[in-house]
Amino acid sequence: MAAAPGKIPRWVDVALIPLVNIALAFLVSGVILWTIDVNPLTALETILFGAFGYDEAIGYTLYYTTNFVFTGLAVAVAFHAGLFNIGGEGQAYIGGLGVGLGILLMDSSLPFLLILPISILLSAAFGAAWAAIPAYLQAYRGSHIVITTIMFNFIASALMVYLMVNVLIQPGSMSPESREFAPQGQLPFMHEVFGWFGLEVTRSPLNLSVVWAAICCVLVWAFIWRTRWGYEIRTVGANETAGVYAGIDPRRVIVLAMCVSGALAGFVGINEVMGVHHRLLLNFTAGYGFTGIAVSLMGRNHPIGIVLASLLFGMLYQGGAELAFEEPKVTRELVVTIQGLVILFSGALAYMMKRPIERAYLRIAGGFQRPAEQEG
Amino acid sequence: MSDPRPRQQDGADRPASEAQSPPAIELRDIDKSFGPVRANKNVCLSVRPGAIHGIIGENGAGKSTLMSILYGFYEADRGEILIGGKQTRIRSSRDAIAAGIGMVHQHFMLVDNMSVVENIMLGAESGAILTSSVAAARAELERLERDYNLDVDPDALAGELPVGQQQRVEILKALYRGAEILILDEPTGVLTPQETEQLFRILDSLRKQGVTIVLITHKLREIMAVTDDVSVMRGGEMIAHRSTAETSKEELAELMVGRKVLLSIDKQAPQAGATVLAVEDLSFVDRAGVPRVDKVSFAVRAGEIVGIAGVSGNGQSELLELLSGIKPITSGGFSLMGERFSAGRSLDPAAMRDLKVAHVPEDRLRSGLVRTFAAEESAILGYHRDPAYTGRIFMDRDAIQQDCARKMADFDVRPQNPNLKTANFSGGNQQKLVLAREISRDPRLLLVGQPTRGVDIGAIEFIHRNIVSMRDAGSAVLLVSVELDEIMSLSDRILVMFEGRIVGEVPAHEANERLLGLMMANAAPERSGVAG
Amino acid sequence: MIRTFTAAAAALLLSTSVASAAEIDPAVVFDMGGKFDKSFNEGVFNGVEKFKKETGISYREFEVTNETQREQALRRMAQRGADPVVGVGFAQAPAIEKVAKEFPDTRFAIIDAVVDLPNVRSVVFKEHEGSFLVGMIAALKSESGKVGFVGGMDIPLIRKFACGYEQGAKHVNGSAEVLQNMTGTTPAAWNDPTRGSELAKSQFGRGVDVVYAAAGGTGIGVYQTAKDSGKLAIGVDSNQNHLQPGTMLTSMLKRVDVAAYNAFKDANDGNWSAGIQVLGLAEDGVGWALDENNKDLISADIMAAVEAASADIVAGKLSVHDYMSDNSCTY
Repeated sequence: MAAAPGKIPRWVDVALIPLVNIALAFLVSGVILWTIDVNPLTALETILFGAFGYDEAIGYTLYYTTNFVFTGLAVAVAFHAGLFNIGGEGQAYIGGLGVGLGILLMDSSLPFLLILPISILLSAAFGAAWAAIPAYLQAYRGSHIVITTIMFNFIASALMVYLMVNVLIQPGSMSPESREFAPQGQLPFMHEVFGWFGLEVTRSPLNLSVVWAAICCVLVWAFIWRTRWGYEIRTVGANETAGVYAGIDPRRVIVLAMCVSGALAGFVGINEVMGVHHRLLLNFTAGYGFTGIAVSLMGRNHPIGIVLASLLFGMLYQGGAELAFEEPKVTRELVVTIQGLVILFSGALAYMMKRPIERAYLRIAGGFQRPAEQEG
Repeated sequence: MSDPRPRQQDGADRPASEAQSPPAIELRDIDKSFGPVRANKNVCLSVRPGAIHGIIGENGAGKSTLMSILYGFYEADRGEILIGGKQTRIRSSRDAIAAGIGMVHQHFMLVDNMSVVENIMLGAESGAILTSSVAAARAELERLERDYNLDVDPDALAGELPVGQQQRVEILKALYRGAEILILDEPTGVLTPQETEQLFRILDSLRKQGVTIVLITHKLREIMAVTDDVSVMRGGEMIAHRSTAETSKEELAELMVGRKVLLSIDKQAPQAGATVLAVEDLSFVDRAGVPRVDKVSFAVRAGEIVGIAGVSGNGQSELLELLSGIKPITSGGFSLMGERFSAGRSLDPAAMRDLKVAHVPEDRLRSGLVRTFAAEESAILGYHRDPAYTGRIFMDRDAIQQDCARKMADFDVRPQNPNLKTANFSGGNQQKLVLAREISRDPRLLLVGQPTRGVDIGAIEFIHRNIVSMRDAGSAVLLVSVELDEIMSLSDRILVMFEGRIVGEVPAHEANERLLGLMMANAAPERSGVAG
Repeated sequence: MIRTFTAAAAALLLSTSVASAAEIDPAVVFDMGGKFDKSFNEGVFNGVEKFKKETGISYREFEVTNETQREQALRRMAQRGADPVVGVGFAQAPAIEKVAKEFPDTRFAIIDAVVDLPNVRSVVFKEHEGSFLVGMIAALKSESGKVGFVGGMDIPLIRKFACGYEQGAKHVNGSAEVLQNMTGTTPAAWNDPTRGSELAKSQFGRGVDVVYAAAGGTGIGVYQTAKDSGKLAIGVDSNQNHLQPGTMLTSMLKRVDVAAYNAFKDANDGNWSAGIQVLGLAEDGVGWALDENNKDLISADIMAAVEAASADIVAGKLSVHDYMSDNSCTY
């Protein structure tokens, strides 16, 4: 018999605790900045202004956010099935490969309106395929998915290098990059889109894939909470024994969830390859797959939370770069440290503050109820 | 700290107070809230030294909160604790131990891969060098075992002991720390009937040695069997104190639930019809090569309840899992309404459901429900592919919600809120939800495992009535339970399982506790089951 | 409204910079390796530091951490009025191309790649020529007739080093064996001294007695192992002879520091020129290092042979095949 704990309202868990965690991370970062003679408040201002202060900054922030939404959703879907997908990085990489290969084949013959849906399908299919192998190994052979997905990141990376260096490199080019896609193989930038409506916006890498990310949030929400596949995924994730009792085959659920997860991670390829670089290249994933884990944890595996967490990390990436730009004492390593502290406090130590905050809440809430009797 | 307040709502009968010695425990006006929930309201309790004092109440009545306050897990918002007549402030379990209070938790807190001696010393080592303290601890342990008739091998690994012995280790742990007051929280929940009997003998001998015992339970039979005094809690309040000799099961049940409760079931003679389930030489061998179900044969006909009695762990769970399609058949098989299932034909739970086999699983939290789901989602578990609930892509939320609300109304699930998280319902209401889900589809065969484990007394009555009415409506019912009372009052025929085999059959009207107990232990040495 | 805001912000930031009218306001964008990579970026860093020391003119800098930041950083430099802006490494070429078009009045320089625009100076090196010379030295010095090559990340540029090295070795000893290993296929290969050490050991085990490392930080492990095993090693990019004096046979020099320094200096002196600068032996853009640390290792015979080959290459009498001209090492 668990003693009935006091009711903690949801907002404490989903809003207050993450905010306290971020505040703590900034506090520690502030101390570090202070020790190297950088005014933490000025630094914070630089980060905020650099991330949201003008249209170009917002464009960059949202561009990063787009990647984090994809990888965050990917981690969340796997998590609902009780799986820790560490392989978002590799799945994104291979998803991008799918996009790139497709566009390189299609861009001379097909119009944009055909290339776009095919590319989305290709990124999903490649990402899903890359996730399906560890999923199969977990479901039918018992290899732990954390290990295999990590391994698959390395394999993806090696595969990409091989393909880029030996096969896809533009002849005569120094860097291992493919040729640039023809215009119908490029996703329009948002500043171009705004331009069509006569709005002038400074250029940034933000492209139409941000819209796709928003659509994916809705689709993932509906998939997880409104379809029976989502129901089965959640059942197996929360209680596998109950899943078996209910006639759900956990092995199939594992493969399904990982395929959806890999497909979502693969969409990073749409943003990076089709949207920004317009060519296939190395290392475009830049760790977004790993950051997706923190995003998902922080966003409590819910699309709304993931959007907010992605915004936070987008802000940290863009604002952090601005900070390094403006403040010579702040090296890029220090920016990574600040990002790391946020991940540490809101991911790894997410529950460190849970008990104290809940206790404080109960004391305050209890105080409101019986103010006269509140005492030792 | 605070003056004794006038008692506002104390209708409790106070036990005759002993003039000569102060009470071992006296609680005065204990009050504890968790946010808006007031778990204990002005609770008063007085426990005589050297007595076994039962505290009884339904789940959520506040018993565990009260004991947690006494053992220092929580601090009361208000009120006083007196131990041996001395006002004592207990802010941690360390304070409680210092005050001579020991606690045996419902779930044991033993380190499985340590020996009994090591477990007993754990947290009470006298220094950094272990060898000398081990020797001292062993001597003390042997003395305690002798004095209190608690026989445990000091060198056995805790994890390898049967549950009943693990519990003894917990009791020894408390005594080793100098406990003179022992709190036992639902101690019999995990024990076989034999182990329960032994525990009661141990408690009796502890009482003779002057140990004061507080026994928390919701089982009336136990209260009547061992306690000297009993206090009843309901809704966070202490509503009555009785001397056990002067009360009855019926009175206590009524006090607990707040209304009259029928403890026995009136049922008609069975109208058994055609055979629904015929099991022939059914066997299941687990991965380790141990036969869990061993050539079992029996039949269940429409309109009868067949009960399977046995000490937990003798193959009953596996039998249910075989029949519901969760586990694969190793050899033999069964026919269900003429359709044959055997080792070659693999089946799955979904297919069994399509054949109108309903299954109330033994452990509802482990397999029957998903704690994190809304009740309405748990209420379709296993039936979630039914076109009534789901379209081609999206599930029909309105239909699911209405369906759940209807089930809740029919089965008196409280609170009647389909959106509430499953984990937030009490054990009895969770079980009613499972029962509602499985029964409401008019199954041909109903497989029921431990239908009332951890369920409040008021809900037990309800659940039993529903199982009987399923029988009367023509379903074949196979009931597995370790509660002999339950088996005897519900079943029309009783089978006894031992080590995977069926060792006997008794018509219900010839069954009694002694006969069944003998059959269950028949070929067995005492306490075999659990370690199996 | 947004534009006004941006303009105001830019004006605000400009006013805080101390650039006076007479001086240039140079900037450098380092690539992902970081400015202390003991190799390429650090070479550039040394060049611009030298400029700063000589002229007292400070420069803006940024180290990119992902693909997208290259363009962002270059554009931000140009927006802030920096001129000239130096981009380090071939990976910045597409970004320079884009940004240079947006800011036709800003002067850009790119090292190790070609961007064909009127306001861009492209500096590339003939690494194969320098590698050819150190390959000769290696083969001349080798007693076993087996020389080794440890590359960093497996990319065409590094194969270009390897190919030149192989040609040099075979030039002096037609039967010389050249063992080649790449450290890895990810950027981590640029900074994995442990793996470098393992590869060097394995090559030594197969009879190699001179090893050339073109592998950034990974080379440190190679040099250490050569010292420990009593073998010889050849450094790369900057003069690394001092790292393990006595066992560093020589270093293949690639004067990125000079390229960066010149870009700033030419702009400051009014001598700026756009267009492609191909720096080979003739232009002193590549070469080999001879200093106190290795002078005892280089005999007069070796010196003479290398000097002769160098002269022939400069004169066009000896041509070294460039791997990247056809992505193959057939010569």
